[in-house]
Amino acid sequence: MTFRSILFEANHDKEESGTEVPTFFKDLNLDQIFQAIISGREEYNLRAYFWDPLNDVDGITYRHEILQDLEKQPLREAVKSFAQKMRDTRQHLAQADKLHYEYQKASWFLDAVAIYCNAVRDLASQLSQLDIGSTGFLELREYLASYVKSEIFMSLVAETQNLLEQLSSITYSVLIQGKRVTVGKYKGEPDYSTEVLETFQKFQQGAVKNYLVIFREPVDMNHIEAGVLDQVAKLYSEIFAGLHEYYNLKQDYLDPTIRRFDREVQFYLAYLEFIEKFKKVGLKFCYPDISERSKEVYASETFDIALANKLISNEQSAPVVCNDFYLKGPERIFVVSGPNQGGKTTFARMFGQLHYLAKLGYLVPGREAQLFLSDEIFTHFEKEEHIENLRGKLQDELVRIHEILQQATSKSIVIVNESFASTTLNDAIFLGKEVLQQIIQRDLLCVYVTFIDELSTLSKATVSMVSTVVPENPAMRTFKILRKPADGRAYAIAIAEKYGLGYESLRRRIAH
Amino acid sequence: MKAFLMYRDRDFDLQAKLPPNADVLIQDLELKKLFDAMALGDKFLFDVAKVGVLSSLKEPEAITYRQRVLNDSLEHSAVVREIYQIAVKAIEAESKEYLGIFMSKSPDSLLWRSVRVLEKFVDSLRRLRYLADEHGEKFQSDGFVQFFQMLTKELDDEYFRIIQEHLEKLKFENGVLISAQLGKGNRGINYVLRKSLGEKRSWVRRVLPKRRSPYSFELDDHDQNGPEFLSELRGRGINLSANALAQSTDHILSFFTMLKAELGFYIGCINLREYLVRKGEPTCTPAVLPSGGLHLSAQGLYEVCLSLGLENRVVGNELNANGRNIMIITGANQGGKSTFLRSLGLAFLMMQCGMFVAAEQFSASVCSGAFTHFKREEDVTMKSGKLDEELKRMSEIADQIKPNCILLCNESFSSTNEREGSDIARQIVRALLDSRIRVFFVTFLFDFAQGFHEQKVSNALFLRAERQIDGKRTFKIVEGQPLPTGYGGDLYKRIFGSREEQAALVLRPGSTM
Repeated sequence: MTFRSILFEANHDKEESGTEVPTFFKDLNLDQIFQAIISGREEYNLRAYFWDPLNDVDGITYRHEILQDLEKQPLREAVKSFAQKMRDTRQHLAQADKLHYEYQKASWFLDAVAIYCNAVRDLASQLSQLDIGSTGFLELREYLASYVKSEIFMSLVAETQNLLEQLSSITYSVLIQGKRVTVGKYKGEPDYSTEVLETFQKFQQGAVKNYLVIFREPVDMNHIEAGVLDQVAKLYSEIFAGLHEYYNLKQDYLDPTIRRFDREVQFYLAYLEFIEKFKKVGLKFCYPDISERSKEVYASETFDIALANKLISNEQSAPVVCNDFYLKGPERIFVVSGPNQGGKTTFARMFGQLHYLAKLGYLVPGREAQLFLSDEIFTHFEKEEHIENLRGKLQDELVRIHEILQQATSKSIVIVNESFASTTLNDAIFLGKEVLQQIIQRDLLCVYVTFIDELSTLSKATVSMVSTVVPENPAMRTFKILRKPADGRAYAIAIAEKYGLGYESLRRRIAH
Repeated sequence: MKAFLMYRDRDFDLQAKLPPNADVLIQDLELKKLFDAMALGDKFLFDVAKVGVLSSLKEPEAITYRQRVLNDSLEHSAVVREIYQIAVKAIEAESKEYLGIFMSKSPDSLLWRSVRVLEKFVDSLRRLRYLADEHGEKFQSDGFVQFFQMLTKELDDEYFRIIQEHLEKLKFENGVLISAQLGKGNRGINYVLRKSLGEKRSWVRRVLPKRRSPYSFELDDHDQNGPEFLSELRGRGINLSANALAQSTDHILSFFTMLKAELGFYIGCINLREYLVRKGEPTCTPAVLPSGGLHLSAQGLYEVCLSLGLENRVVGNELNANGRNIMIITGANQGGKSTFLRSLGLAFLMMQCGMFVAAEQFSASVCSGAFTHFKREEDVTMKSGKLDEELKRMSEIADQIKPNCILLCNESFSSTNEREGSDIARQIVRALLDSRIRVFFVTFLFDFAQGFHEQKVSNALFLRAERQIDGKRTFKIVEGQPLPTGYGGDLYKRIFGSREEQAALVLRPGSTM
């Protein structure tokens, strides 16, 4: 049992594959979610991990355990502090690269390695003391424990420490006489400022203005400072020779497994940090039960995380509305109908998001959830772009849905939103029924958003879900999607009245 | 180092916020004339007089502290003027040493400038010390005794010697020695200015050229940025010292500035007093009684600003208003009522800034603030507008006035008819009195005045502008009940009657009719 990756089990041999953004990312607003998650962590290049979902329950469990460990503050803090130090290390190295006086480069490099050593030792010692439940962290703990005891690491630490101490023991003096600068070893000459300060102290009482000049402290030296440093290096030639050698010989100090851990663990930290703000406003997250067989999916108090992210970030916004859903027995398809702008699309997206987040091994929005481990998610959302004519658009839609049905297996999830709206009602009913029948035949798990009520009662596989309005004020949406029979008419009358198009209203207006 | 000549334990703040009604007081009591007499054309002294007079003290102890300093100043005015001149010269010397924005960013030039300024300051301080040594004994007030003691204690000869030595050393004629350590990226840190260990070289080695250290380098003549970087390196060493010296110049400058301001007040008092003495007008150190009481008595109380504009001495009044919280002054036009009211206001202000009072004798319980509500001559065109204006001003006063304040009303609410004006005045005055505010009210509102008189309350004092049997005014204010009419008829006769009489009447600018 050797530790290799905090993202993948030891026997997982698939390498990172993601190359392109899957098409459904945009339809489900997953691109927005992932962008928000990795924001501020660009240096880790985490994007590819989001294109590379897991396809086995064990792999998901491996991640759930790790997340559960990381939800505990002590471990989380230990890892964050490790990550911060690793970041410092990289910044130091980058700085060393930019500088051009060798003794400066070497000094930044030395500091970088010192920070790295601390990062590794601290993490190893903290892990050894913490209560760990996940296979991933247990294996990491073991790996680090032996690494810090290794000859290579121990000597790295010792040499680094030694050099740092030697350099910091140096105190030199600079005598500036006109244009001549003379450097020497400090010989205990008394502090003159203190004497001046004491003498003039009585005149400084109640001083309000500070005349201390704040010097610009650029990282690099000017040539006068470099000139002084050269003299110092001559005065302490042994120490500086050691520094020179260290800089040349220690370039490959970084352990590749540790480097990989540093990057991969950000995949978890980023998400835990991201969901923090939702939890703060009372929204729930849970570890879903994942099944490779049962399509009896279920979730309570769940929500569209992309929409919630917008609502929470925007202060004067509306509260986030949560929804529940379940499928029992032969039920496979949510047929969602009801008023527009009532949350139908949001519901469809939410269903897809939940299943994709689950495949990443993440917690999902909701109090409880049981989800299906799909092989693929297909989405068919109305395209924004303009097609030349209606027939062209309909044709395009049919081509796309055909492709989806060609590729989908019985383990796939299909999400269809407002299709066939660009044809006659009769055509739309006909086409809708045909397509839905195809989906039913393939036993696909599906959300089907439509304005055609009839589709909701097509078979035992379909469940009717309806976006709802406040009964007293039909213009006001609740954004609740409820499991109940579709009844578009009541809503149609209400919405007509709201726009002054009810029978009486329209008569009066026409009479004017 | 603090002068503490205005307050026992704090500085005199020339930027202090004046009471909100300062401008009203200046206008109503014609204070500008007072400030002018104190300043004698010096803008700075004018400002000091203004702040000094208008920032009234409330504690008898604080007032007597100043009274004593003032008495010393009057007695030894030559010494006080000399000290004042030292402060003035020191401040001038500092302002001649340019301090540019770029200078203050370089410890090098900041230190250079501070050394120069301090050399001049030290000279001024030394002259102060000599004065203290020579004349200190003669002064008796706590303020001056403390001041001279401070100078003697803080500035002994040894101290001057040490400072002088440092000022020499800080010119760094033998170079700047700094110690440092290696910090981040091997850049120098912890720069500390060092005193080189005494170079004990034999005379032979002193004569021979010094061997150059192998660990040294010299700036190339063509090196453009070098000198700036070198100056920065020096600056890192002398930063603390440059700060200490710059702060010291600030401190000593603020000491001289404070000394100039505080003495400026007393110089103003000396100027005023010298003028009054030349004219033969009396002044007195008032007896200050604690706040909350109703003491008020005077002899020979005259309006100092009126006197400043006249060749002759002006009429003084006697007053015994002990135990009274309302004084209602009625009587003849042009009979000296307004003048009397102003003399009262001035007496309070002068007493409470620690000055002498323009009277033979004056004693009063201190007030927490003086307010004036004077009839305004301007915009007489619109009657209703004028009452609005009056009430608005009264409302502003109401925002500020507190118990134990005094309010001087000069023909308030006369912009409406007598009944209405009286009702308003009665209502307001009642409220003020019940709030423990002393009211001095000059009025023609017979209904209002008579109303108080009929109540026969013991806390009211009724005064009247004196009129002799022949109708002539003496400008004396004497006790007397309100009378139903003014003496406008007399005045009319004066002005329109005989030209001789008209010529005899002393009219002064700004007097009320």
